[in-house]
Amino acid sequence: MNIFVCIKQVPDTETKVTPNGDGSYIETNSIKWIMNPYDEFAVEQALLTKAANSGSTVTVVRVGGVKDTEALRNALAMGADEAILVEAGDNLDSYMTAKALKGAIEKSGKTPDVIFTGKQAIDDDCLQVPQILATMLNMPSVSVVVGCEQDGSKYTLKREIEGGALEVYEVNSPAVIACNKGLNSPRYASLPGIMKAKRKPLAQHSLADVGVTEADARVKYSNFQLPPEKPPGKKFDAMDEAAQAGVVAEVVKLLREEAKVI
Amino acid sequence: MANILVLAETSGDSVKSVTFEILGKLDGHTVDVAIVGDMGANAVADVAKYGAANVHNLKGDNLDKYSPEGYANALKEFIGDKYDLVFAGATSLAKDLVPRLSAMFDSGMASEVTNFVMDGDNFNGTRPLYAGKVLAKVELAGPKPGFVTVRPNALGLPDTPNAGAGAANDVAASAGEIRAAIKEIVKGASEKVDLTEANIIVSGGRAMKNAENFKILDELAEVLGATVGASRAAVDSGYAPHAMQVGQTGKTVAPSLYIACGISGAIQHLAGMRTSKVIVAINTDPDAPIFTKADYGIVGDLFQIVPILKEELKKIM
Repeated sequence: MNIFVCIKQVPDTETKVTPNGDGSYIETNSIKWIMNPYDEFAVEQALLTKAANSGSTVTVVRVGGVKDTEALRNALAMGADEAILVEAGDNLDSYMTAKALKGAIEKSGKTPDVIFTGKQAIDDDCLQVPQILATMLNMPSVSVVVGCEQDGSKYTLKREIEGGALEVYEVNSPAVIACNKGLNSPRYASLPGIMKAKRKPLAQHSLADVGVTEADARVKYSNFQLPPEKPPGKKFDAMDEAAQAGVVAEVVKLLREEAKVI
Repeated sequence: MANILVLAETSGDSVKSVTFEILGKLDGHTVDVAIVGDMGANAVADVAKYGAANVHNLKGDNLDKYSPEGYANALKEFIGDKYDLVFAGATSLAKDLVPRLSAMFDSGMASEVTNFVMDGDNFNGTRPLYAGKVLAKVELAGPKPGFVTVRPNALGLPDTPNAGAGAANDVAASAGEIRAAIKEIVKGASEKVDLTEANIIVSGGRAMKNAENFKILDELAEVLGATVGASRAAVDSGYAPHAMQVGQTGKTVAPSLYIACGISGAIQHLAGMRTSKVIVAINTDPDAPIFTKADYGIVGDLFQIVPILKEELKKIM
């Protein structure tokens, strides 16, 4: 089986993100880059699928900046067999990203049996690329997947919807499966895995190599800014049991009369 | 003037509030509404009240329940070249569906905007990135129609909506080939409104200590008609399922009232809830970062404060 995983490299969740000088993007100098957390579930599901289907290979594809290739190396260290990197800005829009992924997958010469992705990237939070990629590749896809069972070419997938309810899908491969937290427990890269990863093949392409041009841009961002700070609120000390009833009554009164939210 | 379509969504017999929010914001434009399935007469009257000119019910075989491809195929054919812009609420269905439509048209999509203006025929939106750590202006390029999803509760309802004609119209639609079909739906633990659409959220953090203790939050939520959420620390400790997680690797929420109980306020959590209109924080640590975002902070033990708060609210709710 040819298993593909699409991953993105994003700023660590603990990063304090600030706009750059002209507000065209964020300040990237001091950012610690990590694999998008949802993509870890995609890599793990790909490795589980490989283990259950002998003779399979896992190819991991990323579109983004080349200064740091931590995310791809991490995927290889976890057990992926080879990697493809398409050099681009880290702020490419969803349409261009999906088109670049499609181009890179086709250029690999392998016909995908299944493509795993994270359900969304935690930088631009668009939740678009898996569905756009599937449409471009004319494959069915299921998003926000928290359960995945394979029986030959048939996948039974659980998609999380409102209130934690689940839609259970049946779909035949090839398909795009966009993974959510809860699907599995991503493994950590072992030391031998990290050593081996250094010798695994990593192909690199430009956007032009995979057929993407500036004319493919669909979304234009500008004016990056910090959200407005709230004025300081009111703080009440209720550590002392005697004060608690009074404080709570006061807050409830404020919620009703000042904030008018209840 | 731009031709605008709003994709409506219903919950039971009623139209989701975010549909009204979008219609209210588009006041002054001629706006059509479409829904896959059949919007009852009451629902049609409701969207008309908020300005819908025409209401199109797309009906056909295999369109009685959601399938990504069936809905996308039916809407693709209906939209054709009739519309310049298509809006939808950023619900779990629309987040799955709308990117597929945008790809079918080779057009652009702005996800989960929290505000927008129409600059002549052009869409000019604002959206949070990095779970709300920054905001940016977003515009669309490429073929028409452009697609936009709007975060529930972000725009708010108009005070005095202007009504539209609300002419209901049945459209014969085709689902086409469906390769990913839903075999069954497994109900979730909660029958309540989803976190992303909730008007009031009561959330618990690591200080909840265990899953059983979330019961006191459930009881408070019951009084308020609220949905219960959790911090990543609580979810990672196994106190609550991931579906309840608020924050950068969970759900980004914008309720009118967010009550944080025993949540210290890690940067990734604050990012996910900071656009809540009013924030109440209950925490024993007076220096917890959550207090910097709270409108009303109570320095105290949640296990003592929450039951008192519940009783106090019972008196007035």
